Amino acid sequence: MPGKLKAKIVAGRHLPVMDRASDLTDAFVEVKFGNTTFKTDVCPKSLNPQWNSEWFKFEVDDEDLQDEPLQITVLDHDTYSANDAIGKVYIDIDPLLCTEAASIISGWFPIYDTIHGIRGEINVLVKVELFNDLNRFRQSSCGVKFFCTTSIPYSYRAVMVHGFVEELVVNEDPEYQWIDRIRTPRASNEARQRLISLMSGELQRKIGLKVLEMGGNAVVGYLQCFDLEGESGLVVRAIGTACTLEKFSSGSASITCPHPSTAPPSNACNSPKDGKESPLAHGCRSTHNSPVHSACSSQRLSQNFSVSVPTLIFTGMGSGGSAGKEAGPLKTLLRQQTQTTLEQREFPFFTLTSFPPGFLVHVGGVVSARSVKLLDRIHNPDEPETRDAWWEEIRQEIKSHAKALGCHAVVGYSENTSICEEVCILSASGTAAILNPRYMREGCLDVGSIDHRFDDPSPPNCGFCHIPYDELNMPFPAQLAYCYQCRRQKVPDVLFTTIDLPAEAAVTGKGCLIQARLCRLKKKAQGEVNATAISNLLPFMEYELHTQLMNKLKLRSMNALFGLHIQISVGENMLLGLASATGVYLTALPAPGGIQIAGKTPGDLNNEQHVAAIQKRINDAIAKNKELYQINPPELTDEGVGSPIPEPRQRSRIFRSHSESSDELSELDLSHGKKDAFVLEIDDTDAVEDIHSLLTDAPPPAGFHSCSTETMPGIYNWTSGIQMFTSVRVLRLNNTNLTNQGLNKIFTDLCENLLKSFYFKLRSTVPCCLCHLNFTVAVPEEELVQVSVTAVAMTFDKDQNQEKPPEKATTKGGSETEDQLQFPLELSADSSSTSPQPSKISGVAENTIVSTRAVSVDYGSFADRCSTWLELLRLKAHTIRRGSVKTSRRTQSLAHSVSSLEHCSPLPEGRSRSLCSSRSFGVGSVTMVKMTPLSFLPGTRIIKYLGIINMFFIRETTSLREEGGVSGFLHSFIAEVFAMVRAHVAALGGNAVVSYSMKDCVLMENPNKNQAQCLINVSGDAVICVRETDQEQTTNTGQTCGTIDGAT
Amino acid sequence: MAVELDVFVGNTTIMDEEVYQLWLDGYTVNDAVRARMEGGVLDEFDATADVLLSDTMDQYRTFQMCERLLHSPAKLANQLLFQIPPHRQTMLIERYYAFDDVFVREVLGKKLSKGTKKDLDDISAKTGVTLKSCRRQFDNFKRIFKVVEELKGPLVENIRQHFLLSDKLARDYAAIVFFANNRFETGKKKLQYITFQDFAFCAGQLINNWTVGAVGEGLWLLPLANMDVDLDKEFLQELKELKVLITDKDLLDQHKSLVCTALRGKTKAFNEMEANFKNLSRGLVNIATKLTNTKDVRDFFIDLVEKFIEPCRSDRWTAADVKLYLTHYTNSAHILDTFKHQVVWDRYMGVIKSCIFKMYHD
Repeated sequence: MPGKLKAKIVAGRHLPVMDRASDLTDAFVEVKFGNTTFKTDVCPKSLNPQWNSEWFKFEVDDEDLQDEPLQITVLDHDTYSANDAIGKVYIDIDPLLCTEAASIISGWFPIYDTIHGIRGEINVLVKVELFNDLNRFRQSSCGVKFFCTTSIPYSYRAVMVHGFVEELVVNEDPEYQWIDRIRTPRASNEARQRLISLMSGELQRKIGLKVLEMGGNAVVGYLQCFDLEGESGLVVRAIGTACTLEKFSSGSASITCPHPSTAPPSNACNSPKDGKESPLAHGCRSTHNSPVHSACSSQRLSQNFSVSVPTLIFTGMGSGGSAGKEAGPLKTLLRQQTQTTLEQREFPFFTLTSFPPGFLVHVGGVVSARSVKLLDRIHNPDEPETRDAWWEEIRQEIKSHAKALGCHAVVGYSENTSICEEVCILSASGTAAILNPRYMREGCLDVGSIDHRFDDPSPPNCGFCHIPYDELNMPFPAQLAYCYQCRRQKVPDVLFTTIDLPAEAAVTGKGCLIQARLCRLKKKAQGEVNATAISNLLPFMEYELHTQLMNKLKLRSMNALFGLHIQISVGENMLLGLASATGVYLTALPAPGGIQIAGKTPGDLNNEQHVAAIQKRINDAIAKNKELYQINPPELTDEGVGSPIPEPRQRSRIFRSHSESSDELSELDLSHGKKDAFVLEIDDTDAVEDIHSLLTDAPPPAGFHSCSTETMPGIYNWTSGIQMFTSVRVLRLNNTNLTNQGLNKIFTDLCENLLKSFYFKLRSTVPCCLCHLNFTVAVPEEELVQVSVTAVAMTFDKDQNQEKPPEKATTKGGSETEDQLQFPLELSADSSSTSPQPSKISGVAENTIVSTRAVSVDYGSFADRCSTWLELLRLKAHTIRRGSVKTSRRTQSLAHSVSSLEHCSPLPEGRSRSLCSSRSFGVGSVTMVKMTPLSFLPGTRIIKYLGIINMFFIRETTSLREEGGVSGFLHSFIAEVFAMVRAHVAALGGNAVVSYSMKDCVLMENPNKNQAQCLINVSGDAVICVRETDQEQTTNTGQTCGTIDGAT
Repeated sequence: MAVELDVFVGNTTIMDEEVYQLWLDGYTVNDAVRARMEGGVLDEFDATADVLLSDTMDQYRTFQMCERLLHSPAKLANQLLFQIPPHRQTMLIERYYAFDDVFVREVLGKKLSKGTKKDLDDISAKTGVTLKSCRRQFDNFKRIFKVVEELKGPLVENIRQHFLLSDKLARDYAAIVFFANNRFETGKKKLQYITFQDFAFCAGQLINNWTVGAVGEGLWLLPLANMDVDLDKEFLQELKELKVLITDKDLLDQHKSLVCTALRGKTKAFNEMEANFKNLSRGLVNIATKLTNTKDVRDFFIDLVEKFIEPCRSDRWTAADVKLYLTHYTNSAHILDTFKHQVVWDRYMGVIKSCIFKMYHD
């Protein structure tokens, strides 16, 4: 008997009129938990009833507490006939089970009915008394905290990052049960809502158990999804990153999580101005990569049909196909070397997208895997085994791709599905990376004394760009160059990632949203034929998307993508692909080459003029974009660094894909490494189309910026104004004989027009940035294309921005990293034993993981850096801080070890600083609840996480016209969902939701029958945030002053 | 290819004041888009007509969903569906309850019944205010009338509290309610020159001086409904006593000579004043004595115009002349030693004076 749940029904207001005769309502309430139900008295003839009930007490297992929602039903009493339901409120009591989260739920909840929407409000109080349960074999996992946020939450410190957790539960979908034929739509919807609520409770509990087994106490980056498989069932699955989190006490927080207010981080060394000083002594080694590693898994037709799709790995110049090349002794060595504890874990995956400084050592590139499955071939649809096996396969594939890139971990990892009838595409993607094993157990012992400031503030801000794989044995043909910052290690010419831009990264100019959009028609088919057709199309789609991304990137004169998210959605007669990312110019990477156009038939004068005209347009566009995004990379002087710096102006190829041809992918990449510029042959109709699509993307209007990541590289002074929004648009394609090109055009216009709409609607908020633009595409019916977008518009201070952009080059909008200084991985145990190479500094166990390099120089420098860093930890803060930038100046003359120290020093001030500096305006009235898809709110500080919000709603109507058509129907439903989320947050005592996302928005309509149904799933973290206080700012200014002094 | 669905929902409800006004003015979506294009939104912001249409549709939907709440503005503050900052809520309410003077002028004093509602298309055609907007305004009048009808206490305050309106707007609505309740005739041709604001001022005078509620706070405790809406019956009865001023020959002459003495040499219109004194005095006193009849109450304004304003105007009195005349006319009555009804006289003339001042213009 480990828990007692208590609920009290206080009052109702704005109830609907249920009795037409009296224009009043005789309302009463049923409170149900598990199988126990209590009722209040009837409050006769009132639309604003005061029940003021006793405390209803439920004595329950904590297992049930985690799984079950508290169900409150408001009814109208009817003496003669059955009581009419007014609506329901489901309250997830999970937040009450955590001691650190909310202690009471109290507030007004909208009374929701799946047919009528919100019908008045009810005031409820809920409390939980938990008894300690010492049973070792317990089934509950009360107390494990869940965060949707994909970084270490503010005011927490990661004592340990345990790694990947996943779980999947399956049930029969009530909508497909036989009973659904005889029950009302309302009953059916409620059964479904309740079931999903139960399933997600169960899922969370099971994941919690896994976390407890691993010794953790929290799940960060918790991502839960629903698969409505139809006949075969309803799947709820989740992934996350298990951590041991520790809350900062207010005292320690002041030391370890400063919010520097104004000073830019010591970036003298990476500021574009200081070209001379920027080349830091840093072990340089690099490769460049350009990939498409197609792991053509066999097509298995075993017990259930499954087609594993050749997968692409993107890193830089997409190309290539070194399908499963395992050759090369060095690579084998690499494999062995990376057998760290991390590797030994089943899946070294992390759902996090932003990390404490220094955590991320190198980034290899994007890895993704897709697989097509047939749902009607599942043997035991009610059991999770088959789906588990599917995901297992995909994850293995991802893991092997990461290995091929010389990486031992995958960060920014996510999974999703697209289902059409019985076909299901499973997708997973992430960023292959090498994580720093330096943060190890001992590191966390004396965390209190470790301040990031100890590190030399000249940061390893180019380190993550350096290639993790072996230059001599690259997994794919690539073009490498010496790092433009340190001049010592190799970097690829282009870098794609799914993570947020690391705080320490040096960026030139501003970033922007880059999208690739693609439609491919396919024949309608059934079963295996269909699945095969889809899986044949998938690699070409990925390739084309990649090509588009690359070309658009070059057109903007940028060289890296962050927050890349590629979605491929399947419909009956087409596949839709949408890739969104934030493009930036990483200072460390070489300048991108231009795009050169050429005609196929030289000599034809007409043609040549045409070519010249197009070339001019492209060149003009590039020049214009450079100006627009303020991309003025520093002119690097050669000052004898001796590294062969590649020609910055070198042209790189534009990639033409031949999706129609059945060529092997590897063929496409042949000329990739060539120095001469690529010839885009415009005789090719596709090429013309491509050029058009390249040039039609309009830049955002003046005063606007947009990005798909948390914050916009190049903008740092956010003010507190935010506006979160969700927009959905559905197009009906009436034209039955559409071509791929026509379809592409329609789809591209759809996305572009959506963006234009946003800019227009938000025109009063300029200057502002649309952050975290998250596009989701779907093909709900044969001729329909649906795009849903959730994003937040954030205002920033323009003047400030113009004044000192270069100084702020490394700062970032939020203070994400402020509290995460220590981020030890659970790697230490074996790392020393696997250390293959004699490091210069012996006896340091922690420095080995980078053994992936064979080149000893680099390796040594790394070892140096680690050891020095550790030594420095023992020193006092101020001494280090003072020396910070001085060392960077003397870089070239300094010993290896010192300079490399600079590189590994985390630079966390960046993000937090701007947060303080931004002016904070009034937070507004108490009742306002802010929502944002980001992990922070500018101008405020999160002081408490109250628990996860994970809600699922169904809305149905049989009077679609009366509700204003589908648009009216969905508009009010989305508004209702927002309202319910806000009400729950407010009842938990919160005033904001961070990391909000709308996971699903499934709309089905039948205008002829005047009917529509919609399912929406949303999630986020309920928080209490307060305005940045002056007090804090002053202390921080004090701290940062030192840095400034040092820097100047 | 057609847009099947297109919605944009902000966590904080996004509302464009310009579009709101177009919606309130009864523009259809297409007309509103046209109006916005002519207004130059597209010029200052590079956008296409599609974008404008999509935005306008979103906003219109939002307003339609909000309309239910605006009917009882107090709900807007504690509803959960739309997150609207308080100052925006105030704006929404104030604009929703704002009305066109031309429109209100047409229905002022009319019974707020279904019959009148049927005439709205005529009014719409006459005033140029769209039918939709006419309906909204009319329904607002009716809604407020219905609510305050059953409430005790000061009229303006009730309106302000129940509909969260600004003081100015609440006073205007008090006037509308007051006129509708007493069914004052305002539509006659002779009254056409009087604006709504003139009437609203007069209504304020009447409410503040001639109703039960006007007498003093103590009376508010009486279990009387509509104290501000109905004229003080007792007072109207007392007005009959003023008749002596015209029936008693001596008193009338004495009054005249007192007024003339005071006016002599102060105005060019003195001769006309002297000549017309008895006529004018009879007119004003007769209005007072007849106010016990509901029918005559309705004709109050038309009587004022016919019996006083028109004669003065034909004699070309200036506004200052009228003011001077009425001041002395009122004050001189105090000197009449046989005239005992000073309090009633003041209460009556105070209102008459300010009403005539307000109404005496072209």
